[in-house]
Amino acid sequence: MTVYFTKDHEWVRLEGDSALIGITDYAQSQLGDVVYVELPEVGKTFAKGDEAAVVESVKAASDVYAPVSGLVIAVNSKLPDSPSTINDAPESDGWFIRLTLTEPSELEGLLDEAAYRAFVETL
Amino acid sequence: MRYLPHSDSDRQAMLATIGVGSIDDLFADIPSDLRVHGLDLPRAAGEISVERTLGRLSAQNVSASSVPFFVGAGAYKHHVPATVDHLIQRSEFLTSYTPYQPEITQGTLQYLFEFQTQVAHLTGMEVANASMYDGSTATVEAVLMAHRLTKRGKAVLSGGLHPHYRAVVESLSPMAGETVDALPADPGGTEDILAAIDADTSCVVVQSPSVYGHLIDLAPIAAKAHEVGALLVAVFTEAVSLGLVEPPGAQGADIVVGEGQSIGNALSFGGPYVGLFATRLKYVRQMPGRLCGETVDAEGRRGFVLTLSTREQHIRRDKATSNICTNSGLCALAFTIHMTLLGEKGLSRLARINHANAVKLAESLSALPGVSLLNDSFFNEFTIRLPGDAAEIVEKLVEKGVLAGVPVSRLEPGKPELADLLIVASTEVNTDEDRAAFVAALAEVLA
Repeated sequence: MTVYFTKDHEWVRLEGDSALIGITDYAQSQLGDVVYVELPEVGKTFAKGDEAAVVESVKAASDVYAPVSGLVIAVNSKLPDSPSTINDAPESDGWFIRLTLTEPSELEGLLDEAAYRAFVETL
Repeated sequence: MRYLPHSDSDRQAMLATIGVGSIDDLFADIPSDLRVHGLDLPRAAGEISVERTLGRLSAQNVSASSVPFFVGAGAYKHHVPATVDHLIQRSEFLTSYTPYQPEITQGTLQYLFEFQTQVAHLTGMEVANASMYDGSTATVEAVLMAHRLTKRGKAVLSGGLHPHYRAVVESLSPMAGETVDALPADPGGTEDILAAIDADTSCVVVQSPSVYGHLIDLAPIAAKAHEVGALLVAVFTEAVSLGLVEPPGAQGADIVVGEGQSIGNALSFGGPYVGLFATRLKYVRQMPGRLCGETVDAEGRRGFVLTLSTREQHIRRDKATSNICTNSGLCALAFTIHMTLLGEKGLSRLARINHANAVKLAESLSALPGVSLLNDSFFNEFTIRLPGDAAEIVEKLVEKGVLAGVPVSRLEPGKPELADLLIVASTEVNTDEDRAAFVAALAEVLA
């Protein structure tokens, strides 16, 4: 199981042919209590960098960008009713969408876990 | 010296950017004879002279408190205790436009929390937001919310919905891809709204009491709406009615919206007013506006915080649930103080007085030859049919010192079949003498 990260604080976890996307623990700690999530429809396709979801906390509203291109094959339907899952388990149960990658080579441009944690240290 | 923020070159640059030659080009659509071409005003006048002139002009108005007053149809004259005005004028309330620094405006947040609690109780719903601009914008926001929740695009509007509210919904909701099926005006209270509900319906919008005063049984409408997966949006323009009528939430409504002016707020020539918006907890995340929540601080002390507000506060217009990025804070405070002074029993008593006054008036008016009452049921407002043009009769009654009500032709122009109808409201401010004056004046006019 391989996890990649972006400097926009999203993570991508490869699971077989698909990948889960979410926001990092650092991102949720900066947002504070998450109160609302807007997820895309299943079947939607994204190019890398497109707005894929919206997350709102008591402090801020932020876009979540697609870290890689792909087709949405599932969304975490529990999130809209319990957005606090993003605070409690941002890098596991708090996943947003499951994508089938259309450009797997884009993963090469992302950070690995060690590089991302080091990047966060500099913020 | 006047301070003019824009120089001539600023103006030229702005005109060039939007591609017009002059300011007048912007007003090309307005016929020349409707525009003001200079005002015939003196260059200067002394303060005493200005006061006298303006005083003389304002004395030409017939004010609501100076004569027997029976005008309603969405804006009602009630007694507002002096305490309300005194308290809202405290500077910490009067000057705080909106809680943009929520943590340090705990007083504002606390009254919003209490306001929400009162509105939720009043409407029989689980959550209410921190207020909207007014009843009509709250109604269109409810339609848009139903659109988001059901993913359907057709709102059915009852013919008993206030025509001004209908116009706001018809004007704004198409921008969100919603079509509107507005049923014909329903002065008799007999429309078959159930027949208009189908599988494409996102919501049914029903006002009770209707603009013509009829009390509508919402339960069967809610049942039919739910059967096809649509929502019931219940609307009221007279908040005091909720002191007597079963709350819309208990009748199955999914979203309850209305105008709160009746409680704590004066007529004020039409505004600012306060929109009330309440819904069920399961829909809270699609509710427009914002919510004030109760929490505890780091030391465990009770505190209040705005929540579900960031999409509005951060002015992300393309992502906003609504276009409402502020609320009617001071009007909501006036509502809260008045409600607190009344209490549950006081509100119920006030409502009973309103109803009793209206019943007495309806009985006396409909006993006049040629006058008939259209309502089988009503709260403090009803519709009568007159033997002639209602607008003309109202004008004649003004000359006799009575403001008799709202001719339906004012709300539904160009419909001659409604021209003899008059909507009459009676509240706790009307005395037996007021009612006697109205009945006597109408008898004279019709003689």
